[in-house]
Amino acid sequence: MPDLTALAHPIGDALVSSQGYDVEMIRRDFPILGTRVHARSGKPGKPLVYLDNAASAQKPRAVIEAMSRCLEQEYANVHRGVHYLSQRTTDAYERVRDKIAGLLNAGSREEIVITRGGTESINLVAATWGRKFLGPGDEIIVSVMEHHANIVPWQLLQSERGIGIKVVPCDERGVLDLDAYRGLFGSRTKLVAITHGSNVLGTVTPAKEIAAIAHHHGVPVLFDGSQAVVHGPVDVQEIDADFYALTGHKLYGPTAIGALYGKRGLLEAMPPYQGGGDMIAEVSFAGTTFREPPYRFEAGTPPIVEGIGLAAAIDYVRAVGLDAIAVHEHALLERATAGLNRIEGVRIVGTAPGKAGIISFVMDGVHPHDVGTLVDQAGVAIRVGRHCAEPLIERFGVGATARASFGLYNTLDEADALVEAVAGVKEFFA
Amino acid sequence: MFDDLRDLYQEVILDHGKHPRNFRHPPDANREAKGDNPMCGDRLVVYLKVSDQGIVEDAAFLGKGCAISTASASMMTEVIRGRSKEEVMALFRHFHELCTKDEEDRGEPEAIDPDALEKLMVLSGVRQFPVRVKCATLAWHTMAAAVDGDTVVSTE
Repeated sequence: MPDLTALAHPIGDALVSSQGYDVEMIRRDFPILGTRVHARSGKPGKPLVYLDNAASAQKPRAVIEAMSRCLEQEYANVHRGVHYLSQRTTDAYERVRDKIAGLLNAGSREEIVITRGGTESINLVAATWGRKFLGPGDEIIVSVMEHHANIVPWQLLQSERGIGIKVVPCDERGVLDLDAYRGLFGSRTKLVAITHGSNVLGTVTPAKEIAAIAHHHGVPVLFDGSQAVVHGPVDVQEIDADFYALTGHKLYGPTAIGALYGKRGLLEAMPPYQGGGDMIAEVSFAGTTFREPPYRFEAGTPPIVEGIGLAAAIDYVRAVGLDAIAVHEHALLERATAGLNRIEGVRIVGTAPGKAGIISFVMDGVHPHDVGTLVDQAGVAIRVGRHCAEPLIERFGVGATARASFGLYNTLDEADALVEAVAGVKEFFA
Repeated sequence: MFDDLRDLYQEVILDHGKHPRNFRHPPDANREAKGDNPMCGDRLVVYLKVSDQGIVEDAAFLGKGCAISTASASMMTEVIRGRSKEEVMALFRHFHELCTKDEEDRGEPEAIDPDALEKLMVLSGVRQFPVRVKCATLAWHTMAAAVDGDTVVSTE
């Protein structure tokens, strides 16, 4: 039997460097970054410039290897086996709960519910807390900047329960209007569900202030942290978040895993989400009792391999350092912003101070979809469209945008490659 | 930088994309349908004037879209005008094959005006770009819905 203890905390090469932020060393930890795209006979293809990190980030070797090792050497079902492998896998899998608690500075590991992603985390709150505590005439507050994942679950509840949904507007820069937000509270306001970072504009919202205002009215707050948690340090206790949703695949981890942070008291008051194995205390046809949080919300076999992968991803990101990542991404943002602003006819959508590394832009006379197809030919991968945030796109009256989003492995040269490709698009359509 | 894209963005497409023909709302239109591609945000309305004999006497559109979808809509309005509903639908079927299949996989062409086919050929470059096929076919799907009397079509 191989010694598995050494595998519990895989560490990338970059992490042993103490020479400041060595992006070239970090890049070597991500096998996919060596890919060339659009290769065909006689042509070697273009080096990949991956600027679609807000959609999904690439995975470091530490994550890939942790998942392979699990599948090759220590895989079994968790929480139920008496045998050696099951216990080993359970220990490895449960570690992800500690990693997430550490990442968010949660008060305890029991406040972390493992889910299938940010979308499920929000749906879980809507389906359990929402169904228990919201009735006809009750109101929740969201913002115009929400991803559909933080709109549609509440609309489902709206048609089921007759709740009202109020929307915090933002200004032309993409800054939330906190005065308007304060004005939306009423005697029936029961929940605030708001993004901590816009996937379209890059705006980071003032979470602590948002929570303080809500708490002044006795209302809990759910933050959609799927973007924010990737771009800088998050402390749920400092913010005083009541719920905090995040996803693994944007955090350099696998797909199909995410988490919901919930304050203990809130989780304890919530009924189960889905029914099945693992979430029960005792089952009989006379009646069934449920486990304590967080297990009450985790029915069925969990995403075991993904959990082990996400634990490795969090180790990786924390070893690089979220503060260092934020500084690095800010430099990329500044470089690309300055470059795009120099191209006549290009307008950046979202200019809030303190933005995360996301740039949405539009170009006079050229549709974002054409921009996306053209820059892709230069090897630059960006996203175009409405970014699952149609109300926000409507708000800015643009129909669609092109969006470049930076990750911890992007370089200043890549920011320049984006600018050069976009300048080429303008020329092409001139 | 973009030499490989000249097949997709031929000059005639760029021209129709920048200066779409029949970009208007005819006051005497008697059929219309909305087309929507939520993925890229393209939205358009196709207006038709169909005579009692089933002839498309006028075709026009309004909306916002990428160069490919705008050019395709513009060229479609030119090509279908003056034709019977049956001819128009045959053109649509042929155009759809142009956009999705290589030459050897296409069915036998129906009896269609060769000039119209020739004109639409310039859009066949989209078949190398699967995500852009919907851009080229949105106006046609919308037009077909208008002919059928439907009102909203989505190519999501």
